[in-house]
Formats: sequence, structure tokens, C-alpha cells
Amino acid sequence: MTDMPVGERQQLAPPSDDTGILGWVRKNLFSSWGNGLTTIVLIVAMVWILSGFLEWALFTANFTASTGSECRGGGACWALIREKFRYIFFGSFPYEQHWRPLFAVISMLAMLVLSADRRMWNWRLLVIWSVGSFITFLLMFGQLHIPLSLMLFVALAGGTIGLAMRSAVADPTERSAYYALIVIGLIGLALRIFGVLPSWSLAIAPLSYVETSLWGGLPVTLILATYGLLFAFPYGILLALGRRSNLPLVKGLCVGFIELIRGVPLISLLIMASVMLPLFLPSGTTIDKFLRAQVAVILFAGAYIAEVIRGGLQSLPKGQFEAADAMGLNYPQKTLLIILPQALRVVIPPLINTFIGFFKDTSLVLIIGIFDFLNTANQALVDPNWAGFPGEVYLFAAFVYFIFCYSMSRYSKYLEVELNKGTRR
Amino acid sequence: MAVESLGSAPRRTRVAPWNDPVIRGWVFQIVVVSLVGLLAWYLVSNTMENLARQKIASGFHYLEREAGFEIGDTMIEYSPASTYARAIWVGILNTLRVAVLGIILATVLGTVIGVGRLSPNWLLSRICEWYVEAFRNVPLLLWLFLFYKLISEAFPGPRQAISMLWNSVFLSNRGVYFPVPMADPIHQWMGLAFLVGIAAAFFINRWAKQRQATTGQPFPIMSTALGVIIGLPFMVWLLGGAPSHMSWPELKGFNFVGGTVIQPEFTALLVGLVLYTSAFVAEIVRSGILALHKGQSEAAAALGLSRGQSMRLVLLPQALRVIVPPMTSQYLNITKNSSLAIAIGYPDLVASVNVTINQTGQAIENILIIMAAYLSVSLSISAFMNWYNKRIALRER
Repeated sequence: MTDMPVGERQQLAPPSDDTGILGWVRKNLFSSWGNGLTTIVLIVAMVWILSGFLEWALFTANFTASTGSECRGGGACWALIREKFRYIFFGSFPYEQHWRPLFAVISMLAMLVLSADRRMWNWRLLVIWSVGSFITFLLMFGQLHIPLSLMLFVALAGGTIGLAMRSAVADPTERSAYYALIVIGLIGLALRIFGVLPSWSLAIAPLSYVETSLWGGLPVTLILATYGLLFAFPYGILLALGRRSNLPLVKGLCVGFIELIRGVPLISLLIMASVMLPLFLPSGTTIDKFLRAQVAVILFAGAYIAEVIRGGLQSLPKGQFEAADAMGLNYPQKTLLIILPQALRVVIPPLINTFIGFFKDTSLVLIIGIFDFLNTANQALVDPNWAGFPGEVYLFAAFVYFIFCYSMSRYSKYLEVELNKGTRR
Repeated sequence: MAVESLGSAPRRTRVAPWNDPVIRGWVFQIVVVSLVGLLAWYLVSNTMENLARQKIASGFHYLEREAGFEIGDTMIEYSPASTYARAIWVGILNTLRVAVLGIILATVLGTVIGVGRLSPNWLLSRICEWYVEAFRNVPLLLWLFLFYKLISEAFPGPRQAISMLWNSVFLSNRGVYFPVPMADPIHQWMGLAFLVGIAAAFFINRWAKQRQATTGQPFPIMSTALGVIIGLPFMVWLLGGAPSHMSWPELKGFNFVGGTVIQPEFTALLVGLVLYTSAFVAEIVRSGILALHKGQSEAAAALGLSRGQSMRLVLLPQALRVIVPPMTSQYLNITKNSSLAIAIGYPDLVASVNVTINQTGQAIENILIIMAAYLSVSLSISAFMNWYNKRIALRER
């Protein structure tokens, strides 16, 4: 056509149906006959379904009715949610005290959001969780009684862990502080056991006491999932280490326990916790129903976390173990300083997915009669004045669960990319 | 000197017993085991004491006693006069029924959605993506409640039942009623013929593969196998005089009589399990297909295989290696999650046992039964899937 050298040819824009919106539509929706047909069928189906749904959920919906009978006949009855949302979120917590579970939820969310920031992944995490947990439980219970023996035990545990983790890097002052904590804890506990120290407890009681049977809704779901994972975490690590150990008896115990728990449904553990735990303990001791459910969730979570962490341990090259041995580190040093920091980094994204699973699975506690978020939503349907609108309440509850789980799964995906930046080409 | 000691045979240096790793290991194990044993002993002795104090009998004798409770949905004959053992067996069969159907349907639906997510059609892949996100980010229990309530409240009562297919199928809040053939001895023979057909198809498949490997001639395996599996029972039916009496559902009083019914509890449980699990299966299938190198499908095309052939012979066998292990855990999840049936009133194993616990008070034995049943189902599923996984694993030469 033209004999002009290449460089002097007039540069033409690409064909107009190849760029812009039109080009995109052509490429992604109508690239072939079959493709175009699929698109048209899908659009028709979506318009049909969406228009029906919007008609029900928006155009003919009732937002303001004061009783269920006013709602009937039209579309969705969102007035029910307006009427019941405080019960759905906070259960039977005393009505005028609802600000307490509200702030407890905010405090727990703040804890979770702050822990999501990688800059906090050091000693700050410990501070965030101690302060956050204290605020949460103070708000929920209203009064906390911290027994002396618990404080002494915390001192002992803190000193031991501090010494084990930081014995190589701590300066003499820090080290003597750990020793002091251990000595205080040991002597105090011994004196307490022999009855020299009285059974005294520190009472912090700024608010009225609310027992766990009145707790309900979102705080219950959040507490069960968060503290389930928190307490299951260290014991999941121990189980995973035990499963990878060379000691046959320890390994056998851990494998047996993990497989037993993973082989049975959570419901059977919950039923077991609610009917068998009272039998296991000396007669006369009663344990709180909420605590029983929490124990079952922790037991269950530990086995699953152990398997996730085992994946991380297996992903470490053998050289890491051998190098640590060659350095002359003993088992606790090797595990705490070399193995776990690397293994745990790998398993953070799958751990978040495990957490999403627990967040959903805590809904099963309604079977043993605990008022978690799903159960309070369920109870909101029982009111005879508002009977007959299950769809609205369940969609609302599903929406709340979705927001939580979806944002966590997004975060887990982001973190996976973020943590692999160093190793990606 | 150091040089000399290098030359001599390595001599085991004597270490103090408290520094010997072997001795340390045993001491540590003995300590751990005795601590666990101590805890177990403490729990068992407390339990014994509590049981004695509350005068709860122990042992499995209660299993032979009369159960005395109704079960709404049974696959075998059962009445309140049957034993507890039979009630629990009914529960186990119900669990297995919903688990097996759920596994099959969730695999099919999940594969469709997973392949749909990879479709070049943008709209289709977005819809599949939102399907996955919507179902897996909401608790299964919530889906079960929603479906159950929708069925029991949105469907009309039996008197206003929606009739379909010329008054043979009825939809109501009591379930779906549809006609079934009257019981006839020929049905057992048809079942036998069906099994024989499956076995025959298996051998035809082996023979056809062998023939293709030696002579290169392909054989229409799919149509032959289908013909054998469906044709044999049909022929048995014809030979048996083609009995065609049907039992039709009829409205009598407040409910339907005759025909057979799919209970709303079962429907809600199955639909919930399948939709929820298919979201996870879709992700597994998608990642399995994405794990394959693009060159595989290009090479298959270059060999002249059709799209179907390249999927069946080249891509799927390789993708399965990635898919099978996580799929196993999803199958286990379906089985375990079927225990949520108790929340909507489907009489599965946990539901039967829970009633038994409340009636007999023998919690420990009953919970042992639940655990033993689920563990044996779980272990057989994982054994089967491990065998299958080994069979399709890469054979490295």
C-alpha cells in the first residue's frame, strides 16, 4: 500500500472496537457465539432475579411498621430488624447497660485490627491483648475478682517464659527481674498452698455484675472465637511439636489426640462438654455453661491449629534444624529462637483462615443453649408479634457474618502476598 | 593432638547420664505419660464417684431396652417399640444417606462452579466468584435455618399443595410427595442386575483400554457402559412381566397418603450442605486446574486431541493429583457437618443419640458411640481417598 519507511508511517490508533468499553465488552463478554449466548442468558436471568429481589427488599419493603401484622402482605419487613437489632446484637444483656457490650465489641475489634498491623508484631502485641482483654471482660462482667494465686502464677509464668526467650540477649538487670518474678511466684504459690497466705483477691468493681447466662449476641461470638483461638494457639504449638518429635510415646499421644478431635464433629465435643464435663470434676464443683463451651472450642481449635502449624514446621528446610544443632543450641532454644519464628511466619495466612472457620463454627454453641449471634437472631423470630419473617432476620445475620469473614479473608490474601515479598522473584 | 585423633577410630565420649539425649528423652517421655495418666486417672475416678452418687448405671445394656421415641424419617423399619440400638442404627443410616448424597452433589456442583470461575466470559466468572464468597463466608448453620424456614413457611400446607406434572408430584411444607412403583419381588433382581451391569462395565472398560493399547483401535466405552448398566435391569424388568403398578400420593385428611416423600428437614439439610461445601470444592477445583502448566493443554491440542479428549486424558488426570488431598478433607467435613441436622430436626446419628442421652442419662457410653461411629466413617473415607490418591499419583520411573 505505502512504500514509506516504517518510522515515517502515520501512526494509527487501534481499531475503535478493540479499545475502550466496547473493546472490553467484545473481548470479555462476546468473544464467540457461545460466549455471547451465555452472556445474554446470564444478563436476562440476573435482571429477572435482581428485579424480583429489589422489589421485595426495597420497593415494597416496610421499614417503619410497629407490629408484625402491619408488615404482612408487602415485601420485606425490615421494621423487624429495626425493632430487634439491639436484641440480636446484645442478647438479654440488661437493656439500659447495652453500652457495655457495645464497647466490649469495639475493644475486641480494636484489638483484632491493631493485631493486623505488622508494625505491632512484637512486645506491643502483648500490651494490646492484656489491656484489651481486661477492658473487654471488665465491661462484660462489670466486676472482676483477680485471685492472688492467679497473680502469683502469672508472675511465675511470665518470669519463666521471659527467661527462656531472652536469656541470651537480656542484660543483667532484665535477667535479674525475671529471676525475681520466678522467685516471688514460687514462694508465693508455696505459701498459698500451705495456707500461710489468705485466699485474697483484688476486686475491681465499678459496674453492676452481669453473669454469663445473660450474655448474648455478637460479643459472645467474638469472645468464643477470639479467646478460643488465643488459648488454643500455645497448646496447638505444643501438639504440633509433639507430633514432629522423635520420642515415640509423646508422638503417639499427640497423633492420637489430634486425629481423635479432627475425626469427630464439633457438636459431639460440645455435647460432651455440656454433659460430661460436670461428671469429670469433683462433685460439688459447677462450671459455667459459657466456660464449658469455651473449653470445647479450645480443645477443638487446638487440634486444627496443630495441623496448620505442622505444615509450617514441615516447610522448613532440614538445614535449619541441623544448623541449630551445630550451634549447640538445646531443644527449647532451637525451637523458640530458630524454628518457630520461621514456621509461624509461614502459617499466619492459613491461621487466619482457620480463625474464619472458628468464627463461623462458634454458631454451633446454640445447640447447647448459648446465645451467640446466630442464636439471638433465631430468638428474635420467636416473638409472636413478629412471627413469619425468617428471611429478613437470617439475611441480616448472614450480612453481618459475611462482613466479618470476607474482610478477614481479604486480609489473609493481602498478608500472603505481603509476607512473600522477600522470596518472590 | 587433633591430627592424631582424626586418624583414630571415633570413640564415643562418655557423657554424664543427665546430658545423654537418649536417657533425657526417656525421662521426659515418662514424665509426660505419667502426667497424662495422672490427669486421666483423676478424671476417671471423679466420674466413677459422680456416677455412683447419682446412681447412673454404666455399660451398654440399655441398648437392648425399648427406645420409646418416634423418628420421623427412617430408611429401615422402626417404631417406638424398637430398641435403642435400632434407633441409633436408624440415625447412622440417615447420616450416611445425607453424607453420601451430599458428597456426590457437592462434587458435581463445585466442579461446575470452579470451572465457571475460570471461564473466559467475565460475567460468568464474576457470578461464580460471588457465589463462592457468599456461601463460604456465612456459617453453614445459618444457611440450614434459612432453607428450613423458607421451606416450612413459604410453601403452602398439604391442602393447598402445589401440584406438578399432572397431579403426580406435590410440593408442600410437609415435603415433596411423588409416586413410586409398588413393592415387587422383581425390584431385588433389578438391583442385582444393576450391580452386575456396573461390574460388567468395569471389565469392558479394562478390556477396551487394553485393546486400544495393543491395537490402537478406540472403543465407545461410555455408551456401552451406560447401555449395560441401564439395559440389564430394564431387561430383567421386562422378563419379570413389566409390573407397573404405582403408588400415587393422595390427599387424605390433613396429609398425603401413598407415594413417597422427601422430608423438608432432609431437603434443607442436603441443600445447605451441598451449596456450602460446593463453594469450597469450587476453590479446590479452580486451584487444581490453575496449577497445571499452560503447555499441557497446548501440547494436547498439538497432538490433535479434541477439547474433551484433552480435558479427559491430559488435564484432568494431572489436576486430580492436586485436587484429591484437599477434596478428602471436604468430604470428611460434609460427613461431620451433617451432624448440624440436630438443629433443624433431621433425625441423624447425633440427634438419635442426644435423645438417648436425655432418656437414659448414660452420657459417656452414648458419646463413645458417636465418636466411634464418626471416627470409623472418617477413617474409611480417608482410607478410600488415600488409596485413590495413590492410584492416580505420579508414577516416577
